[in-house]
Amino acid sequence: MLIFSVFKTLTDQRVTVELKNDLSISGVLKSVDQFLNIRLDSIKVLDETRHPHMMAVKNCFIRGSVVRYVQLPAEHVDTQLLEDATRREAANQTRR
Amino acid sequence: MASLQGYVDRRVLLVLQDGRVIVGTLVGFDQKSNVVLSESKERVYSMEEGVEEIPLGLYLVKGDMIVLIGEIDDAIDEAVDLATIHAEPILPIRY
Repeated sequence: MLIFSVFKTLTDQRVTVELKNDLSISGVLKSVDQFLNIRLDSIKVLDETRHPHMMAVKNCFIRGSVVRYVQLPAEHVDTQLLEDATRREAANQTRR
Repeated sequence: MASLQGYVDRRVLLVLQDGRVIVGTLVGFDQKSNVVLSESKERVYSMEEGVEEIPLGLYLVKGDMIVLIGEIDDAIDEAVDLATIHAEPILPIRY
């Protein structure tokens, strides 16, 4: 749930999503849902000469289960806040 | 919410887990991202020949099989001569 919230704060930022088929796509994060499915706008496939398959695609929906990494813009992630939130969630879990 | 609602009645490109690429008109979807495409075609990429399009007709694709759904910009898509495109097929998903 925490990561879902992090993604929600990153909407309208440019991210790069690396998929489990070695395709890397950068685009503007439009929305994200509970499965961490991602919608990207103004997408660009990295290494476009090798992957011309998506030339005519400008926005896309990526299934959360096939995402390997998401590269985030560091200046828009408050790591201190994230650390605190992670500790809080871990504390809540042990109390239960 | 990252929903597929905006793609209904649009021409879309699907990339599947096994690396296949299917284009068609999205006519329906559900919670599990199962989708129904009409007038769908598979695009087969290879280095030896240009892209081959195989008509599939009305197709239901299970959500589990889907990697990505992209909206096709028809103007760009029509401007591209698929016969001149030589490319490696997209790799299958590896966990």
